[in-house]
Amino acid sequence: MANDVKDLVVIGSGPAGMAAAVEACALGMTVSVLDEQPAIGGQIYRRVEDAPEALQMILGKDYGAGRVLAEEFRQSGAAHIPGATVWNLTGDGVIDYVDAGGTRTISATNVLIATGAMERPFPIPGWTLPGVMGAGAAQIMLKSAGAQPAGPVVLAGCGPLLYLLAWQYLRAGVKLAGLVDTTRFSTYVTALGKVHGAVTGRKDLVKGLGLISRVRLARVPIYSGASGLEILGEDHAEGIRFRHKGKSREIPAGLVLLHQGIVPNTQLSWSLRAEHRWDAAQLCWTPVTDDAGRLGETQIHVAGDSRRIVGALASAIQGRLSVLAMHERKGGTAQPGRKAELQRQLARYTALRPFLDVLYRPLDEHRIPADHVTVCRCEEVTAGEVRSYVDLGCLGPNQTKSFGRCGMGPCQGRLCGLTVTEVIAAARKVAPGEVGYYRIRPPIKPIHLGSFAQSTS
Amino acid sequence: MTTETLFLIPQKAGQAMVRIEFEGETLRVPDGISVAAALLSSSRGALRTSIVKGTPRAPYCMMGVCFECLVEIDGIPARQGCMTLVRDGMIIKRQSGAPSLDGLASGGKNGK
Repeated sequence: MANDVKDLVVIGSGPAGMAAAVEACALGMTVSVLDEQPAIGGQIYRRVEDAPEALQMILGKDYGAGRVLAEEFRQSGAAHIPGATVWNLTGDGVIDYVDAGGTRTISATNVLIATGAMERPFPIPGWTLPGVMGAGAAQIMLKSAGAQPAGPVVLAGCGPLLYLLAWQYLRAGVKLAGLVDTTRFSTYVTALGKVHGAVTGRKDLVKGLGLISRVRLARVPIYSGASGLEILGEDHAEGIRFRHKGKSREIPAGLVLLHQGIVPNTQLSWSLRAEHRWDAAQLCWTPVTDDAGRLGETQIHVAGDSRRIVGALASAIQGRLSVLAMHERKGGTAQPGRKAELQRQLARYTALRPFLDVLYRPLDEHRIPADHVTVCRCEEVTAGEVRSYVDLGCLGPNQTKSFGRCGMGPCQGRLCGLTVTEVIAAARKVAPGEVGYYRIRPPIKPIHLGSFAQSTS
Repeated sequence: MTTETLFLIPQKAGQAMVRIEFEGETLRVPDGISVAAALLSSSRGALRTSIVKGTPRAPYCMMGVCFECLVEIDGIPARQGCMTLVRDGMIIKRQSGAPSLDGLASGGKNGK
């Protein structure tokens, strides 16, 4: 079925995927890039090729930077296959995907997983109600459809994206009912312990602080050091309740946008049975790779946020470095100068990361929730139920499936996996790395049987 | 399009629009946006009810990972609204509980 073997197939057309394709084409490799979305850019540069000028003004300069990369990509000669949902990847480079025409297969000598990140689950009371979304989700609404909140909106949680979206909303003329920030002032002091990195990444730091002060200047009510977040409402969100300076507070709002950072999208690397480790700084699972993102002795590399959260600019560099490693491995001319230059850039773009990881570490209570909180949204399993499985001898996430279908819904554990890992680890009083994760099997996305019927191959 | 929706899409002159039908109601929405974005901007409340407890749900992630935006599109159940672009004449329906196959036992939870 696989009649066409590419030198490189990239999965994902965000910054890592686009940059890798550009680098590979320059080295003479044949490249195809699969992406589930209809357009290139990933989530960070979503719609970057045809965003109207007014929208670009709202989104800011960093978004515009994606245009340059998108143009390079378009001129690279790499084939872009849009609307392609990859559901299977084998260790020897065979990829099965579904697009509008049915299910298809493509083979490659080298594969780059560049599937990016997703917002970290935010399991708090009421987070399944209509009117509660990720702040990243709302930003996708803004980028892809120019959509803005229609009524009172609250942003809650922590992380750079929360303030970025607040700033973008202000530029768009949206009024914010409040920004509930779980970052504690004392954490700034701890984070400053990472000041070496912060000094190197000074420009990024200044930019971040600039965003925060501009949101403050716009007289948005900001509640710093908030905790105990819960959504109010029965059938839809009516507001948010939280603790602030020792008092319980409520802000009425029909739309509550939650965010506590992003985590790697690891479904594909897990499905390969690749080794993953618990990353205590980023509180998530990351695939074990070499410096170039290679998984063990395979021809498969992982670059960008799907390897570990590093941000858009560093992701692009990692994509390029992975390609250089593939090129060298198959006997291509070594590019020591190019490699050294890319490594210097990577060091610069990742300098601030340890500071951000400490500063924006999500609160324990918002990752390891109370008994009554739903953790598995699909099968509606609560944290308390997971703890009761542990009492019965359940050792890890994979076993929660047989105890109560936890993680067995259509999202395949994406929205509960990290929570379940941490809930079980806390209940067993062991490190999260010891309890493991769900066993992820293909198809890594649910696919309609009709797609097979339409298959041409 | 009232202020009752969660989102609004400011209309621009010359913007290409399409007509879609949601639960029998015709909606005029910008071309090129996702079904989930269209419904969040022109209807209120839940798009479906959950399969176990029947609780109301609406799109959460907008990028294809959470599966909260599952709707029936042109007769096919369990389509991801955030991953499907609107098309003129598209017919969209809410989904109650688990999707069922025509002619087989309807509703209820899928067996193991």
